[in-house]
Amino acid sequence: MKRLPLLLLSGLAVAVVAACGGGPKPETPAPAVVNQDSIDAARRAEEERQRAEAEAREREAREREARQRAADSLAALGKSTEAVRTLVATMIHFDYDKAIIRGGDAAVLDQKVAILQANPALRIRISGHCDERGSDEYNLALGNRRATAAKQYVVSHGIDGSRIETVSYGEERPLASGHDEESWAQNRRDEFEILSGGENLKQP
Amino acid sequence: MRRLLLGLAVLSAGPTVRPSDAQDTSAIDRGVRIGIVYRPGVRPGMVVLPVHAPALDSARIILSRDLDYSDRFELITLPGGDSIRVTAAAPGARPPAAGGAGRTGGGGAAAATTLNYPLYQALGADFAVAVAAGSGDSAIVTVHDVAAGGVRRELRARLPALKDPGFRLAIHQLADRVLEAALGVGGTAATRVLFVMDGKVYSIDQDGADQKLVSSSDHQAMSPAWAADGRRFSYMEFWQGHGRLFLQEVASGKRAPVATTGQALDFTPAFSPDGKTLAFSRATEEGTDLYTVNIKDGCCLQRLTVGRFYDNLSPTYSPDGQRIAFVSTRAGLPQIYVMAADGTDQQLFAPFDYGATGSSNAPEWSPDGQTVAFHRDVGGTLQVFVLDVRTRAVRQLTSVGRNEDPTWAPDSRHMAFVSDRSGYRQLWIIDVETGRIRPLLQKSGARLPAWSPRLPETASSTP
Repeated sequence: MKRLPLLLLSGLAVAVVAACGGGPKPETPAPAVVNQDSIDAARRAEEERQRAEAEAREREAREREARQRAADSLAALGKSTEAVRTLVATMIHFDYDKAIIRGGDAAVLDQKVAILQANPALRIRISGHCDERGSDEYNLALGNRRATAAKQYVVSHGIDGSRIETVSYGEERPLASGHDEESWAQNRRDEFEILSGGENLKQP
Repeated sequence: MRRLLLGLAVLSAGPTVRPSDAQDTSAIDRGVRIGIVYRPGVRPGMVVLPVHAPALDSARIILSRDLDYSDRFELITLPGGDSIRVTAAAPGARPPAAGGAGRTGGGGAAAATTLNYPLYQALGADFAVAVAAGSGDSAIVTVHDVAAGGVRRELRARLPALKDPGFRLAIHQLADRVLEAALGVGGTAATRVLFVMDGKVYSIDQDGADQKLVSSSDHQAMSPAWAADGRRFSYMEFWQGHGRLFLQEVASGKRAPVATTGQALDFTPAFSPDGKTLAFSRATEEGTDLYTVNIKDGCCLQRLTVGRFYDNLSPTYSPDGQRIAFVSTRAGLPQIYVMAADGTDQQLFAPFDYGATGSSNAPEWSPDGQTVAFHRDVGGTLQVFVLDVRTRAVRQLTSVGRNEDPTWAPDSRHMAFVSDRSGYRQLWIIDVETGRIRPLLQKSGARLPAWSPRLPETASSTP
């Protein structure tokens, strides 16, 4: 969140990933610098390589999002209140047993930030959900982390935290009832619900 | 598994059920055993003598099943298969036939004060139990010591009418007294298991009878937990995006929200053994941490853990009230930790290999204080484990299917848990000593079981 001033999209996403606890380190991919700290590098080589790979994927996703968003923001000019509501309600999804915002979902949250900025009376509730594989009660804590991760993202982009409630339903309210990865992936999610101020929504 | 299911089918389809036995449809005296481990000779043999009055016959069937489920006796079927019919046709003791097909009554409405002890001894019985009517609405259960050739103890109890909700509990309590008289140990017959199904809390007798809805609202509920006196329980309900804890009285069904909860997501309540304190997990934007609240005075919220970047949840008290075992993600994946009841001296409880051992959750301290049961991820599925508190050795108890959320019976020997071993998730009971296993409830979706302590008599009254 300290990196907020740089409003470059990539900067934002990195800040958020860092804010979501234990995430990958900020950029400057290690492989370029070969001759320094070789002992340290050797010890962590495997770990760094994995991180670099993950970050490369994420960077790619972010670039795609950026292009997508540019197109979206033009299209968004014509959106009605109903369409804005739909944007507010768009869910984000998580990896198994993780509460880190995925690269692709940062753009979904950026949309919500813009909507919250354009509509100061709007208050929302974020609910975190899990798939059925983990422990029932542990999933309440995990869902809580997922809801909180999304709130932290939005708050770190300048939205007042008092406008956002969080809750966890663990695995108690699945969307998909199947017992396969497809259903589980759908169920590992944050839902966004309008609490108040959603009657007349301005486009961002 | 097939063998096991077959056994169940035989049990429920057994021909011993007569119209007058409607109270209880699965008779155990056919000698069909559900267990896989069957070691004749290790446990003392027991015969529960036939009886003729309908109410007493129902009592006898419930009693027999309780004694069988104690896993401490080898219940012996009298020769001749349907012993009830046989003795009904030929009441009174009769010497065994030459072919060894000895048939006998000996029980009957008037409790025999002496039995044909050599006969029962020949059948392998160490104990014989007779149920008879006493004066008024009382029943007399006589425990015969077959080897000694005399009465070990005569137990009297008021027996409510067959249709009375207290009837079953009265029999269960008699069964526990028989166990006490025979072996000097406490039983688990007079207990119930709370569980969650379709978001509601239910209660069921430990023998699988008398399932009842105890939830009184439409709010989705989770995590029922018993108070040590068996008169109250607690559970969590989702309310407007919060998790609210409730206390409910067993006898009256009356409930009240726990003070200081309801503004956050509070879950997994656990009573201190003295019943004065409720420990629970609270999820906020800082993560999930453990708290206690004084439920006697409804005050004094206390925070026990400060996780910040990790979660602490699922508290369970040691029976002396001095310590709390709980789950923490401080090392990454959730594992089992322990601390003093005031939150100090937090340390790892169940050892694990970093990077290799799967997530561990849902700890429950055994009533004898010696072990903590929990479940752990093994190769992508959950299995029940037991931690030895003194040596901190961990033992895997289950391996068939997915097994989770263990809860101890008051004898610290039986355990209820959720398993999908039969194809769908349901409640099972395992005897940790013999490995004998039986389904508690054959309904899909039952989970989060909580086994009661031995229930006081007043718990039998219903709203």
